[in-house]
Amino acid sequence: MPPLHLPSLLRQHVSALRMLLVFTVVTGLAYPLAVAGVGRLAFPHQADGSLLEDHGRPVASSLIGQNFALPKKNPTDPQEALRPDPEWFQPRPSAGGYDPLNSTASNLGPSSTTLLDSIGERRAAVAAFDGVPPSSVPVDALTASGSGLDPDISPAYAYEQAARVARTRGLSAERVVHLVAEHVRGRELGFLGEPHVDVVELNEALSKVR
Amino acid sequence: MNETLAGWLQILALVGALALSYRPLGDWIAHCLTTSRHLRVERAVYRAGGVNADTEQTWAGYLRGVLAFSLVSVLFLYGFQRVQDRLLLSLGMKPVSPDQAFNTATSFVTNTNWQSYSGESTMGHLVQMAGLAVQNFLSAAVGIAVVATLIRGFTRTKTDHLGNFWVDLTRITLRVLLPLSFVFAIVLLAAGVVQNFHGVQAVTTIAGDHQSITGGPVASQEAIKELGTNGGGFYNANSAHPFENPTAFTNLLEIYLLLVIPFALPRTFGTMVGDRRQGYALLAVMGVIWAASVAVVTANELHSVSSPAGHAAGGMMEGKEQRFGIWASALFAVSTTLTSCGAINSAHDSYTPGGGGLLIFNMMLGEIAPGGTGSGLYGILVLAIVAVFVAGLMVGRTPEYLGKKLGSREMKFASLYILTTPALVLVGAGIAMALPGERASMANDGAHGFSEVLYAFTSAANNNGSAFAGLQANTPWYNTALGLVMVFGRFLPMIFVLALSGALAGQRPVPVTAGTLPTHRPQFVGLLTGVILIVVGLTYFPALALGPLAEGLR
Repeated sequence: MPPLHLPSLLRQHVSALRMLLVFTVVTGLAYPLAVAGVGRLAFPHQADGSLLEDHGRPVASSLIGQNFALPKKNPTDPQEALRPDPEWFQPRPSAGGYDPLNSTASNLGPSSTTLLDSIGERRAAVAAFDGVPPSSVPVDALTASGSGLDPDISPAYAYEQAARVARTRGLSAERVVHLVAEHVRGRELGFLGEPHVDVVELNEALSKVR
Repeated sequence: MNETLAGWLQILALVGALALSYRPLGDWIAHCLTTSRHLRVERAVYRAGGVNADTEQTWAGYLRGVLAFSLVSVLFLYGFQRVQDRLLLSLGMKPVSPDQAFNTATSFVTNTNWQSYSGESTMGHLVQMAGLAVQNFLSAAVGIAVVATLIRGFTRTKTDHLGNFWVDLTRITLRVLLPLSFVFAIVLLAAGVVQNFHGVQAVTTIAGDHQSITGGPVASQEAIKELGTNGGGFYNANSAHPFENPTAFTNLLEIYLLLVIPFALPRTFGTMVGDRRQGYALLAVMGVIWAASVAVVTANELHSVSSPAGHAAGGMMEGKEQRFGIWASALFAVSTTLTSCGAINSAHDSYTPGGGGLLIFNMMLGEIAPGGTGSGLYGILVLAIVAVFVAGLMVGRTPEYLGKKLGSREMKFASLYILTTPALVLVGAGIAMALPGERASMANDGAHGFSEVLYAFTSAANNNGSAFAGLQANTPWYNTALGLVMVFGRFLPMIFVLALSGALAGQRPVPVTAGTLPTHRPQFVGLLTGVILIVVGLTYFPALALGPLAEGLR
């Protein structure tokens, strides 16, 4: 290369920019494309978001929670509170309304009166909805998750809802309890995380029960 | 299996995996930093970049490289965000506003990854992978490069040559970060993390409602986000998001990834200085602090200590995901605040006063147990220098560490290093609290609201990047102030470390005598731990008293 007579300070920054561009190509383009290529070949289901399909159309990701609510009285009113549909297993409360374009937690502090009020209201509402004593409502039914998209509930909360789901759908209680039992996932490898039930997968299976 | 046993096994599995990685990874990094052979692909990089890879730099030359590279990176990333609407894969996202683009550019270049934006509604795929994720690699590599000079300061004598920044940067990126990221990105992908280039996919849900399923090259970004202790989430909810962290297994893997390099670097240090016991001593300090912090935060969360909401609900599950539960959430939270990672798998804002307070304290320690990639090791080495100095004062002789005298020049740089971050945190949080408009950004009131602001400045100055996320930090004032704090919190300490390296390398080594303080024994581990806790405790106690302590005692 012919010697450029640039001041050394400028020359240094030009080198820095060239190095940055090289690394952008390697780590910013080649690397993610290579990972995507492996995903396409070896793990297409996971790479695309673990989608569940109904008659060839995606209806959910098994990893992302959904609302199972009654239709709104006024569909255009964003303020109208969602009413849970008793025919479905209900997920945890969500700070983002199960909208993947708004993944968020409530970020309410441990002595927040807003949070304390919500917990009290949820306890009363869930107890009345499921027909159980307020003291027996599990903690995951009373608290919003970290992502606002948590697809999982505790096995206790799933079993609590089984009787109500069976009654409203005209199914036998044993049938629904059995379905829940099939969907209980223990700790991974026996010791990682907590037991849980994926509400999306459970409801998808429920929708196929006749 | 009960919850307690499972929780302990989870921690033991993590410790076991880290222990197995310590020697091979630490020695591999040491090899990369010391070998004189270039790989062919590296020569190609040097040619394409137009840099001379065969000369060594002085500390000032090395620093000019670091600063030039970082400045160019900030400008490039700023411009990238400002024109993203005209690029491929923008998903129709608008250009990022000037103050937020500045904040985000400095945030990723300084390895902080503070995010005042929400990924899924602000950034297109191309900016994420070719802008933000590139800095995930490079900022991590810069951290390791800087600590390499400090180690060379101890190993070299009577020289002003401290290595070549471009060589260190390239080797760490290509030989360490890239291969590991690729392997673990595939593992994460297999376990459910998404990797595609889809935009938003509208689906009609099982119950007949509508939902927008997001896409993105997440797995590739997730791996380096943890491995480089960056922590910037692809999505707003970060590692709480099921597409970033779908299972309890990926959760433990992500904790492992964000700890593995910082915990292996003491081995690199021990190997390079030719006395591996020195590495074990630093590892012991890091391990003790980490373990104590895990114990305290987990206990606070399990027992809902001083937390009315936890007692009302029957457990501290607000802001935590069901598949992780309390043990795996607390383990992640401690690890991410003690490294400079700052990824989160649960909402720290909703932790107990004791748990959340300790997360702030973890960052206040200066990210040294084990700290960020590279920055953790240089941070603890500076504190080791202070500890040796304190011990020297007690017995009245000139202190020395690894055969190098710690004279007034060395101690000046070490002191400046230690003063920089607290000054940024306390002055920054103080100014924010003095301004009524900035106070209004708090989501919670009273002591907890103050903790949100304190957390933000602690996180920015220590280049952590996690948040008590209730704070509405996307305002021009916070974007600008926190952006500046991140820059000063990253580069001022680096300047002092490089100057210190230069001072050490220029010395002739002093022989070990009977009066030399041994720095590999349990006695020194205790001394260093004590110095760390006292320095940090005295600096921050008043601020902590106003926030988490006041909330917990109410």
